[in-house]
Amino acid sequence: MKPAATKVASGGSGAGKPRLTTSAMIASIASEGQRTKPAPFGHALVELARQDDTILGMTADLGKYTDLHIFGQAFPDRYYQMGMAEQLLFGAASGLAAEGFTPVATTYAVFASRRAYDFIHQTIAEEDRNVKIVCALPGLTSGYGPSHQATEDLALFRAMPNMVVIDPCDALEIEQAVTAMGRHKGPVYLRLLRGQVPLVLDEYGYSFELGKAKMLRDGYEVLFISSGIMTMRALEAAKALENDRIDAAVLHVPTIKPLDTAAILEACSRPGRLVVVAENHTVNGGLGEAVAGLLMREGVHPVFRMIGLPDEFLAAGALPTLHDRYGISTGAICNRVKEWLG
Amino acid sequence: MSTASIGHNVSLERRAWNIRRHAILMGEVQGQGYIAQALDIADVLATAYFHAMRYRPDDPEWEGRDRFLLSNGHYAIALYAALIEAGIVPEEELESYGSDESRLPMSGMASYTPGMEMSGGSLGLGLSIAVGKCLGLKRKRSDSRVYTLFSDGELDEGSVWEAIMSAAHYKLDNLIAIVDVNNQQADGPSTSVMAFEPLTDKIEAFGWFTQRVDGNDLGEVRDAFDAAKAQHGRGKPSMIIADTLMGKGVPFLEAREKNHFIRVEGHEWELALAALEERKPA
Ligand SMILES: Cc1ncc(C[n+]2csc(CCOP(=O)(O)OP(=O)(O)O)c2C)c(N)n1
Ligand SMILES: [Mg+2]
Repeated sequence: MKPAATKVASGGSGAGKPRLTTSAMIASIASEGQRTKPAPFGHALVELARQDDTILGMTADLGKYTDLHIFGQAFPDRYYQMGMAEQLLFGAASGLAAEGFTPVATTYAVFASRRAYDFIHQTIAEEDRNVKIVCALPGLTSGYGPSHQATEDLALFRAMPNMVVIDPCDALEIEQAVTAMGRHKGPVYLRLLRGQVPLVLDEYGYSFELGKAKMLRDGYEVLFISSGIMTMRALEAAKALENDRIDAAVLHVPTIKPLDTAAILEACSRPGRLVVVAENHTVNGGLGEAVAGLLMREGVHPVFRMIGLPDEFLAAGALPTLHDRYGISTGAICNRVKEWLG
Repeated sequence: MSTASIGHNVSLERRAWNIRRHAILMGEVQGQGYIAQALDIADVLATAYFHAMRYRPDDPEWEGRDRFLLSNGHYAIALYAALIEAGIVPEEELESYGSDESRLPMSGMASYTPGMEMSGGSLGLGLSIAVGKCLGLKRKRSDSRVYTLFSDGELDEGSVWEAIMSAAHYKLDNLIAIVDVNNQQADGPSTSVMAFEPLTDKIEAFGWFTQRVDGNDLGEVRDAFDAAKAQHGRGKPSMIIADTLMGKGVPFLEAREKNHFIRVEGHEWELALAALEERKPA
């Protein structure tokens, strides 16, 4: 709908018009022609709220940009606009939860994890309040530069006692995760994909279970362990690698905390597989290091590699450019895996 | 060299018009951008850069300059237009706006652009930095001032009020803050997202020298900057509350349904330039 959202430079570097790449804040992560579903979070939350009248919606001036406006339209009297004030948002959510309600509070991942961290830590996690924190633009899903690139949100929320951390892959998983998070009593951090969200996992007969990793495809040479949009990429990479006669498995780990240690250990114990953890997050403190720590503690030692964002402030630019540059595009994943296999 | 010498024969009206034109040309490059905001704030920026501030275009880090902080980093397109007009960024670069490797990314960042003194994007940070800069300049016995532009949406952030309180506490009369009251933020009209009026009374009560002006009336804006500058030495920070109209200067954009991202169709950039051309001042 928006013009020139992520038109990438075409052709050579000859003279002429400037390249129509863009460092826009909001770009779709759906690739051209991919099946998508609109606003799965907003619609699923409306469903949940029909069954659970304790559910309230809250946002910090990002209702329209987190698909929460759909809830706001369905339940105007259960919707609180808190203004662009993220600390207030989470403090007030804690208060509502203490009074027996179930607030679902939305903003961008950067603002929950950075601006409001202490408020979430003290008023929600430490008090173990039933607040659902749902945040758009996780990891590198904005070309707008570090201010909008939540490259360390998983590390921060993993480090918080009591917090459940979910990194869903697609529209189907978001819908199911919303139901599951409603059933779970206690704080949850859910990474949100919004707008037209890719639909991928229905082809794998998948269903989300809180705390469970799922093997989406088997393979004997490589084992991808991934979460979020990187599962979509890992599945694409696994398919592409078939052309090079490389057989890759994909273990999807949407719940970053608590980690499904049994499934990960079992998958990593199978001998002879290169283990590659792929995450849309800095390599510091996310799924990669969580898996590495687990394997070390349990004495399981496969050949282990990590695909993730580098420990630096990332550039502004078009998302496809940035995903290639920082190694999380499907093409970049395939190249790295082939290198590692030698 | 001071600004006065460059801007000698060019009217403020024309500077503001040029800033609007540069901004539309950048918007056209990407087919998007915060163009309605750039148009609403062009008069304030023209006054800051061509009437009020002291700087050297060829030496953007000159120690004796007045500092300008863009707290609302998404207004970068507007500040780039002013920096181009001021000769700090070459005009050719507007062709690269928002493209990979450009020095003009969509969100303002200090490490990318000469003349951009802070990294924005995350709102509500500028006034805190301004407090530190003002304290630092006073320690250095510098007579430079710190100008800080922020948005009405930022009034929602607690950090803004922390800075407002401390600027008065430290008697930072070298601080001139301008808030763009365009009555718009992401989810709707600012006054309905979070009521902030009566704003003048609130900021006055915090101990600031406070003026409220039509931010698209160059005469009023210029007088307000003059009065704010005259506060130096009187122990109070200055706030200019600028009421502005999104899309100002391009009638069909002024009339368009208000939105944080005002829609501009592909063919409308040319129309916007034409509409502006019809209103070109001497
Ligand atoms: C701390 C923070 N929270 C949320 C956002 C997301 N955001 C970007 S612009 C915006 C609206 C801010 O209001 P304002 O600057 O007045 O908007 P405009 O006048 O440009 O429509 C919001 C909420 C942000 N950039 N920073
Ligand atoms: Mg505004």
